[in-house]
Amino acid sequence: MVVNSVHWFRKGLRLHDNPALQEALNGADTVRCVYILDPWFAGAANVGINRWRFLLEALEDLDNSLKKLNSRLFVVRGQPTDVFPRLFKEWNVTRLTFEYDPEPYGKERDGAIIKMAQEFGVETLIRNSHTLYNLDRIIEMNNNNPPLTFKRFQTIVSRLELPRRPLAPITPQQMHKCHTNISENHDQLYNIPSLEELGFRTEGLPTVVWRGGESEALERLNKHLDKKVWVASIEHPRVSTCSLYASPTGLSPYLRFGCLSCHVLYYNLRELYMKLRKRCSPPLSLFGQLLWREFFYTAATNNPNFDRMEGNPICVQIPWDQNPEALAKWAEGRTGFPWIDAIMTQLRQEGWIHHLARHAVACFLTRGDLWLSWESGMKVFEELLLDADWSVNAGSWMWLSCSAFFQQFFHCYCPVGFGRRTDPTGDYIRRYIPILKDYPNRYIYEPWNAPESVQKAANCVVGVDYPKPMINHAEGSRLNIERMKQVYQQLSHYRGLSLLASVPTIQEEAEPPMTDESQTSSGPDSPPKPPDVDTAGCSTAPDSSTMGMSSFTVDNTALEEASLPQNEPPTTISSTSTDPMTGQPKPPSPMSPSANVAPCSGRSNSLGPRRKSLTRKARWNQRQRGRQNCTTAVKEDRKTDEESRDITGTSTITRHVPRKLVDETYHPAPVENHDTQSHTPQKAAYL
Amino acid sequence: MKRVSSSLKSKCPTFACSPKRARRLKRAPCSFAPRRGQAWGNLPQHVVLQIFQHLSLVDRARASSVCRCWNDVFHTPDLWRRFEFELNQPASSYLRSTHPDLVQQIIKKHAQHLQYVSFKVDSCTESAEAACDILSQLVDCTIKTLGLISTARPSFMDVSQAHFVSALTVVFVNSKSLSSIKIDDTPVDDPSLKVLVANNSDTLKLLKMSSCPHVSPAGILCVADQCHGLKELALNYHLLSDELLLALSTEKHVNLEHLRIDVVSENPSQSPFHTIKKSSWEALVHHSPKVNVVMYFFLYEEEFEPFFREETPVTHLYFGRTVSKEMLGRIGLNCLRLVELVVCANGLEPLDEELIRIAERCKSLTAIGLGECEVTCSGFVEFVKMCGERLTQLSIMEEVLIPDSSYNMEQIHSEVSKYLGRIWFPDMMPTW
Repeated sequence: MVVNSVHWFRKGLRLHDNPALQEALNGADTVRCVYILDPWFAGAANVGINRWRFLLEALEDLDNSLKKLNSRLFVVRGQPTDVFPRLFKEWNVTRLTFEYDPEPYGKERDGAIIKMAQEFGVETLIRNSHTLYNLDRIIEMNNNNPPLTFKRFQTIVSRLELPRRPLAPITPQQMHKCHTNISENHDQLYNIPSLEELGFRTEGLPTVVWRGGESEALERLNKHLDKKVWVASIEHPRVSTCSLYASPTGLSPYLRFGCLSCHVLYYNLRELYMKLRKRCSPPLSLFGQLLWREFFYTAATNNPNFDRMEGNPICVQIPWDQNPEALAKWAEGRTGFPWIDAIMTQLRQEGWIHHLARHAVACFLTRGDLWLSWESGMKVFEELLLDADWSVNAGSWMWLSCSAFFQQFFHCYCPVGFGRRTDPTGDYIRRYIPILKDYPNRYIYEPWNAPESVQKAANCVVGVDYPKPMINHAEGSRLNIERMKQVYQQLSHYRGLSLLASVPTIQEEAEPPMTDESQTSSGPDSPPKPPDVDTAGCSTAPDSSTMGMSSFTVDNTALEEASLPQNEPPTTISSTSTDPMTGQPKPPSPMSPSANVAPCSGRSNSLGPRRKSLTRKARWNQRQRGRQNCTTAVKEDRKTDEESRDITGTSTITRHVPRKLVDETYHPAPVENHDTQSHTPQKAAYL
Repeated sequence: MKRVSSSLKSKCPTFACSPKRARRLKRAPCSFAPRRGQAWGNLPQHVVLQIFQHLSLVDRARASSVCRCWNDVFHTPDLWRRFEFELNQPASSYLRSTHPDLVQQIIKKHAQHLQYVSFKVDSCTESAEAACDILSQLVDCTIKTLGLISTARPSFMDVSQAHFVSALTVVFVNSKSLSSIKIDDTPVDDPSLKVLVANNSDTLKLLKMSSCPHVSPAGILCVADQCHGLKELALNYHLLSDELLLALSTEKHVNLEHLRIDVVSENPSQSPFHTIKKSSWEALVHHSPKVNVVMYFFLYEEEFEPFFREETPVTHLYFGRTVSKEMLGRIGLNCLRLVELVVCANGLEPLDEELIRIAERCKSLTAIGLGECEVTCSGFVEFVKMCGERLTQLSIMEEVLIPDSSYNMEQIHSEVSKYLGRIWFPDMMPTW
């Protein structure tokens, strides 16, 4: 039987280590390599010109490599669902191959194509190569939940067998066996579009800093490895000023588009390490960046709402402000903080910024200063950042805004001090904000504090030539740390004074089971109180969380109320699990939505600090799912948690539902399908 | 998958509470289930009430339209003791607001039942104004707890002071038994505090008023002088005075439990901060030996000069900006009651000595968090070893630890875990 293969490129824009492409070639009579894009939607998608340029260069490079193998890349205009039926017929396709896409919308798109192929009698072969590991396997090993801490993830990974070894590049011999005639008018039918064709204006476009394509990726890989040897800091490179600039050894955009296989990088690093360290087995920290990428992919693969706060079970609900004007200032580098503005300028011009720079601007936008939603920042990154993978981008933003993954939130990067620490001379600022180039080092991070004479001498008066700072950082961070504390204290039900203890400790690390004593370590100073008093305090206070004033309203009424066999749910429709208006599950704590059973414990929990139950619950949930032998102690636990709801604090975990007039009839809102709503298939297909 | 399972469980819309409890509740009414022909409306009122207490407002409202009996229960005062008004504008918040008709209904029918009231407003001035409008209608109430909370920007500050103060004093005058008041970031002023004191001095236990720029040290002193039951107080440093500490430490006054002080500066050139006498602090601790003194600093490095020159009974310290090595050195010398220390940033010199001194002298220290600082691995291990298992919170950014000849990053994890008696890792940030 004749085998006519089509390999569908999406990510994985390379000929090396491409298992799906190998499958296409395997025993085939003809092979065509296809890339599908819809120029009509290119301008509409929220993807910036640098990312398109990178993609087109990568396609160009792929086409050139295929030419050398006597083949070509077929760029087909249209939507996959429209294109494939046509191609199947036209080319008599019998086999379709592509790389597995682990992201939720990708899975959905591919599901439709697989079904369609079946209808046409086309065999589909899908191979995993965008990630090192089989993500479903990781989830399975973690009791069918994606790990929510990086440590836990590392532990799981360390128990897995090594990732698959990379495959060799496609050889001319392989290609020769399934030679496909290229028509005369190939370049008219299947050429790679130009940026102009996609609707971009290219005049004045800065020269490219990150050239797309597999060839460039492989060159960079060599330089990357050489540099590791040369600086001899293979495990823990320290950050210096130079790190802030685009480096000719940077690889992240290439991994994003699959111009470089993560397997190739993994094994190159591994072998280099074993050579340098005399055959020692390398520590996980060697693969830091690669593992972070896997971590976020794993967290996102089954969560279509991973890129939003609402309906995202791992995302803490934070009452972010909405302020388009402030967002624009941030996005366009007009905040008045040179450190932030320089980073955003670099991002817009070049498409890449160092991870510390990402931390700085993300913190500034969200929990640090502006208190704007991480989703809005994520969208800006999605437009501008070359290496913005859907999962990694959303995951990083949740991480940096302390919206998920159980981090301490105390540490806000100062938009002045952090930059100065990283680059004391401010040369980075001068490069990206030339108007500040004549400022003395002392003031370059805070030009508004320079005396007027200095400003004039530097030919840049703040408020005239360069914006004044858009926010008082001290004031902003004071407010925001309180807001974060409110959010987290509600989450953890912690009422003590400790800031650090406000974050629920999720001990999902693979650790030996702990004794109950060590778990009580919740608040350094939360004195154990009789449960009634505590409950009363929580439920009647105007925010026992802000200051963590733990036991303040112990007045008689409060006690009375607590002793009544009732616990009034707060009038907000509160941290319970169903949204009454939609019937949808509410976003619960980042633990997991099923954290509804607490672990068994010999000791009643109501005496101890609140946090404990949550911690245990989470741990129990992570580790011992399925064991349902819980006794009354469990119910106690549960009850205390619910009773402790606070009437105040920024109401957060609770999703805010429209509170219509009370007597109005109830109509459950239709459940929306977020995937199809927000991810246009066009966009999903190429970027 | 667990998300699916939980959403299935919660498909039961009547009980907007945890699936587990929902199930428990569902069973409860079943056991009471009246025989065929008997109406649900015949359930005794107290049973319905008990059920209602587990329901959200929306669900109660829906249930109230079942029959007259249930509707009566719906209006039971007990169910209206606590209310949280949420006031947001669609343009500035992702959150919804309390429906204006519901607000009206509460003011009309249930104002006298309200005891625990809070207002949550977004960053929009109109929201804060709407809150003030509601406040000024709460005439016929006996509110015990009042909280004004800005969820994003402090929008009460944008309301005209006259409007705000008149609304607030309505509650102060009418309620007469206020016990807890949280009015951080509002334009409350001395005269309104006087009204508060005049009407509620016997009941006031908690007052939180961080960043209320219109209050003077004299204004807060008046509260401390008159309200002898005051146990918890939050204010800014510029309101803190020797007189205030002494007033809180008189014999008539109950023991203070919490004192929270925010130290914030606008710009580095403002006039230096005043100092508090050692004797005033001593008087406070003498009167209230268990008091927690919480201080949040948002200062420029050079402004720390006046602080902790002498023994200070601070228990919780947060440094939001860069703080000097010298200042941290003073903490080990003079803050012996320290329980928690959080340092967001410091220079590039290792803090080994300072930390070790803190471990040595601050015997109550149980929590420490370090952001942009540096400590050598050996110094850090030494610190942890000295503190041992009492360090229940230890949050150190990975970059803080400088590997040295004794320990690398892998070793430090096991070494520190050993001394803490539990598994410990430094905090990480994604490198992507």
